[in-house]
Amino acid sequence: MEKKIKKELDLTNFTDEVVAAYPSKVGKKRAKSIVINDPDSIPKIQANVRTIPGIITQRGCTYAGCKGVVLGPTRDIVNITHGPIGCGYYSWLTRRNQTRADKPEMENYIPYAFSTDMQDSNIVFGGEEKLKQAIREAHELFHPKGIAIFSTCPVGLIGDDVHRVARQMKEEFPEVNIFGFSCEGYRGVSQSAGHHIANNGLYKNLIGNNDNPTRKHKYAVNVLGEYNIGGDAFVIEDLFERIGVDIIATMSGNSTLEQFETAHTADFSLVMCHRSINYVAEMLETSFGIPWAKANFIGADATAKTLRKVGQYFGDQELIDRIEVVIAEEMETVKTAIAKAKAKTEGKTAMMFVGGSRAHHYQELFTELGMETLVAGYEFGHRDDYEGRRVMPTIQIDADSRNIEEITVVPDPTRFNPRKSEEELAQLKEAFDIEFNEYKGMMTDMKKGTLVIDDLSHFEMEKLIELYKPDVFCAGIKEKYVVQKMGIPMKQLHNYDNGGPYAGFKGAINFYKDIEMIACSTIFKQMKAPWENEAFVTAEYVFN
Amino acid sequence: MLLRHTTALEIDRKALTINPAKTCQPVGAMFAALGIHGCLPHSHGSQGCCSYHRSALSRHFREPIMAGTSSFSEGSSVFGGSANLVQAIDTMFTVYKPEVIAVHTTCLSETIGDDLVQIVSKANEDKLIPEGKYVIHCNTPSYVGTHVTGYSNQVAAFVKFFSTATPKKRNVINIAAGWMEPSDMREIKRLTTVMEARTIMFPDMTDVLDAPLDGHYKMYPTGGTTIEDMKLTGDSKFTLGLGQSCTEDACIKLDNKCKVKFEMLDIPIGFKATDRFLMSLSRHANVPIPQSLSDERGRLIDLISDSSKYLYGKRVALWGDPDTLIPLVEFLVSMDMKPVYVVTGTPSKYFDAKMPELLKDIPEAKFKSGELADMFRMHQWIKQEGVDLLIGNTYGKYIARDENTPFVRFGFPIADRPGHNYFAKTGYEGGANLVKQIMDAFLDHYDRTCLEEKVEFQL
Repeated sequence: MEKKIKKELDLTNFTDEVVAAYPSKVGKKRAKSIVINDPDSIPKIQANVRTIPGIITQRGCTYAGCKGVVLGPTRDIVNITHGPIGCGYYSWLTRRNQTRADKPEMENYIPYAFSTDMQDSNIVFGGEEKLKQAIREAHELFHPKGIAIFSTCPVGLIGDDVHRVARQMKEEFPEVNIFGFSCEGYRGVSQSAGHHIANNGLYKNLIGNNDNPTRKHKYAVNVLGEYNIGGDAFVIEDLFERIGVDIIATMSGNSTLEQFETAHTADFSLVMCHRSINYVAEMLETSFGIPWAKANFIGADATAKTLRKVGQYFGDQELIDRIEVVIAEEMETVKTAIAKAKAKTEGKTAMMFVGGSRAHHYQELFTELGMETLVAGYEFGHRDDYEGRRVMPTIQIDADSRNIEEITVVPDPTRFNPRKSEEELAQLKEAFDIEFNEYKGMMTDMKKGTLVIDDLSHFEMEKLIELYKPDVFCAGIKEKYVVQKMGIPMKQLHNYDNGGPYAGFKGAINFYKDIEMIACSTIFKQMKAPWENEAFVTAEYVFN
Repeated sequence: MLLRHTTALEIDRKALTINPAKTCQPVGAMFAALGIHGCLPHSHGSQGCCSYHRSALSRHFREPIMAGTSSFSEGSSVFGGSANLVQAIDTMFTVYKPEVIAVHTTCLSETIGDDLVQIVSKANEDKLIPEGKYVIHCNTPSYVGTHVTGYSNQVAAFVKFFSTATPKKRNVINIAAGWMEPSDMREIKRLTTVMEARTIMFPDMTDVLDAPLDGHYKMYPTGGTTIEDMKLTGDSKFTLGLGQSCTEDACIKLDNKCKVKFEMLDIPIGFKATDRFLMSLSRHANVPIPQSLSDERGRLIDLISDSSKYLYGKRVALWGDPDTLIPLVEFLVSMDMKPVYVVTGTPSKYFDAKMPELLKDIPEAKFKSGELADMFRMHQWIKQEGVDLLIGNTYGKYIARDENTPFVRFGFPIADRPGHNYFAKTGYEGGANLVKQIMDAFLDHYDRTCLEEKVEFQL
C-alpha cells in the first residue's frame, strides 16, 4: 500500500516561532540562517558565520576539524597534540575511522594518543623545548615515517612556533617527515577552518613528494573526503577493486603517508565530503591538472551513478562493462532489501543536521526508503555547500575567515599535465552531464517548501521536534539523548550509532536495515506505565 | 595487534604523554555543575572545549548533557572574551532560563587572563542576570591539574557562592560527593536513609544523569542539589568529604566560611571504606548502624568467601582517579588480590602516601601518579610481567584484547557499555556488584579459553 507522507506540514511559521524567543539582536541574526527552500530559485542562506555565544551549538573547533577529522584517520603518522591534555584526549578514538594494517609490521598509530601535556610552566616559559623533546621521544620509541604537530589554543597565544620546531626537528631526523599545523581552536568559526588548514598542510608537506605510486590497474582515481567511518572506505575500495580501478589516495580513511605523497599521480579525483576537502581537489587540479567531480557513495543509486561517472570519464568500454556487471550484481540484493525495509519506512519523515555534506548525502538513502526529509542543515557548511559553488564569488569573507591562510597554488613546473583537455571535459559534460570542479549544493536536491537551517541551536531543535514530530531525527552524540528523551528515535550520522558501513551498495543495505529497525522498534511505545494511561478505579481494603 | 607499537622496553620519557590516564579540568567542572538543580554549565573558551566535554559526558552517561560556550574567535582571544561571556549570559537566561549559570574557564581564557569577577559584575550592571538567578564561576585552566581538579574547583565554587551560615544550626550532615556515578550516589543516599540520618549531598547527579525515559525532555531534570539546600549546607553540623582530591577543598572552604567541621573519607568502595563511612556517619549524625546494614555487610563477606579461590593472589592492573583507585586498591587487597600496577594521571600526594601503605605486602607492586603516569607506561609494565585482570575505563579494552586479559570497566569514560550509571559500586551492595563483575570476567574468560576437558559445570 502506498502511504502518503503523513502530514502536509506548513513549515513557514517556524522562523517566527523561534526568533521571537531570542534576545532581539540574536533573533535577527538567526533568522538569516533559517530559510524555506525553493530548488528553482535557491534562496540565500547565512552560513559559516560565528555562532552567537550561549546559544548551545552543535559546532566544535578548528583543532577538531584539522586533527580530529582530516589528519586523524591516517594510520602511519604519529600525530602529536601540542597543548594541555584535553584536546588530544578527546580526539583519541572517538571518531570511528577504522584502520586496517594488514601485516604485523605495518604501522597503525590510531589506538594511540600523543600529547605534550603542557603544564603551567610551559605556558609561562614556552613549550617549544618540550615539544622538541616529545618528538625525540616519539622517534626513539616508534621510528615513524611521519610526525605531525597540532596546535591547541594556548600554543598560538604564547607564541610557540610549531612550524619552526618542525623544521628544526627535521634537520635532526632527516629521514622523518615532520610538519605542523596552526589549528588553534579559536581560529575560524567551526571545524571548517580546521579542514582548510589541514588541506593547506597536506598540499605543502605531503602531496607530490613521491612520483612512484603502487599501481595495479590501468586507471587510477583519488577518493577525497572519505574518512572510513564504520568502514565506509573499505566498501568503496572493494568496489574499485572489482571494477579494476586503482585508488591512489583515500583522504583520509585508513590512509598512509604514501597515499598522500602520490595523490598527484591519479587521473581523476572524486570528492565525497565537499566541505572538508574541496581545497585539495582544487589544488590537485591547478597544480597537476587532475579534474575533480562531486561523488556520492551514500545511497545505492548514488553509488551506481558515481561508478558510471568513472567509466564515462575514462571512456573505456571494457571498464564501462565491468562497472555495469558490478552494479547489476549488487542492485539485485539492494532491490530486495529496499522492498523489505520500505514496507515499514515508506511515508515517514526525517530531519538531519550533520556535517558539511552528510545532511545532503543521507537524503538519498531516506529517499530510497520512501521517506521525506522535511528539514536539514549543516553544522559547519558554507553557502556553497547549500546553494552550490556558483555563489562562491559572492561570498563575503568576514574577519573570522580572513585569518585562515590562503596558499597560492601554481601549476607544477614539470608535472602539470591536464588529464583531459578543455574540449574533452566539455564533451563529457555534454554527453553525460558530468559537472567538473562543481558542486551544486544541498538545496537543489531538496523539495520546495522544505526548511533549511544552518548551525541549528538546541532551542531550535527542541522546537522542530515539538512542532513537527519527525519519525527519525539525525544528528550527533550531543543531540542523541535529548531527542530520545522526547520519545523520537535518533540516528547518529557521525558515528552511525556504532553501525555501518553505510557507503556503497552493501552499506546502503545496512542503512535500510537500521532504519527499518528504528521504524519497528517498540520501546518508545512503553514510555508510559499502564496505570498512567487509563483512569484507575481505586478501592480500599477495610481492616477492622 | 591493536597497540602493536608498545613494547616492554621503557625509555626515560620527559615530555611525551602517550595514552593518558587523565583529561583536562573543564570537563570535571562541567560534570560537577550538572549536580546542582537547574544549573547550566558554561564553558568560557573556544567552542571545541564545550563540544568535546559534552560529547565525552554524553558518551559516558548516555544522557543529555547541556552546556553553553562563549564561542571565542581570534578577535576575542586578542581583545578578551568579556563581550562573549556577557552576550552568552543574556542569551542563556533569555532562551534556556536556568536557575544558575556555572561558568568555568579554559586554557584559552586563562592564558589571556580574562577576569570572571569583573565580567560577571558587568553582566549584573547591565541587568542581564534576572532577579533571583545566579551566575557563579570557577577557574579551571587545563594546564594545571586534571579533570579531577576541575571537579574539585567547581564543588568549591558551590560552597563559595551559596553556603551561608545563619544562627540556626541544623541537625544535618553534609555529604560532599566526589567523582562517581549517579548510581554510586544513589546507593550512598540509600545508606543514609537506612541509618535515618538527615543529609544534604552536593553535588548530586541522581535523577539528572540517570533520568527516566518518559517522552518528556527536561532541560533541567528533577534531580540535583537545590540552591536552597546548597545554601543550607552552611547551617549543617558536620561535613563528610568523600574523596580527598575532589572534595577536600570544598570542605575546607565550608569550614572557613561557615564553621562547619569536616572529616575526609574515601569514597565507600569495598567493605573497609564502607565500614568507615557508616561509622563516621553514625558518630557525627548520632544515629546507630542498624542490623540490616550489618547483614548487607555479611552478605558481601559471604560472596567474597564463596569466590575466594578465584580471587586469591590474582595480579591486577588499574588506572583511573586517586579518589576511586585508593578504596578500590584497598578492596582488592582485602580480598587477597594483588594490585600490582596502579596508575593515575592526576597528581596526588594522598595517593602517593596511601599506595605504599596499602601495597606494603606486595613488594612487586608499582604505582605512579601525575605527569607521564599514563596507560602506555602501564602497558609496558604489563608487557614486562603480565596481569590476570585489568580494571579501568574503556581505553583498557585495547590492552585487554592484545594481552588476552579479563577486563572490568570502571571509572571515566565508559563509552562502550551501558548501565554503569544504574548499578552502584559503592556500599556493600556495590561491593557485591564489583565482585560479581570481577568473577564474571575471570570465569567467562576461563570458560572460553581453557581446554575442553577443563570446562567445569560448577564453581
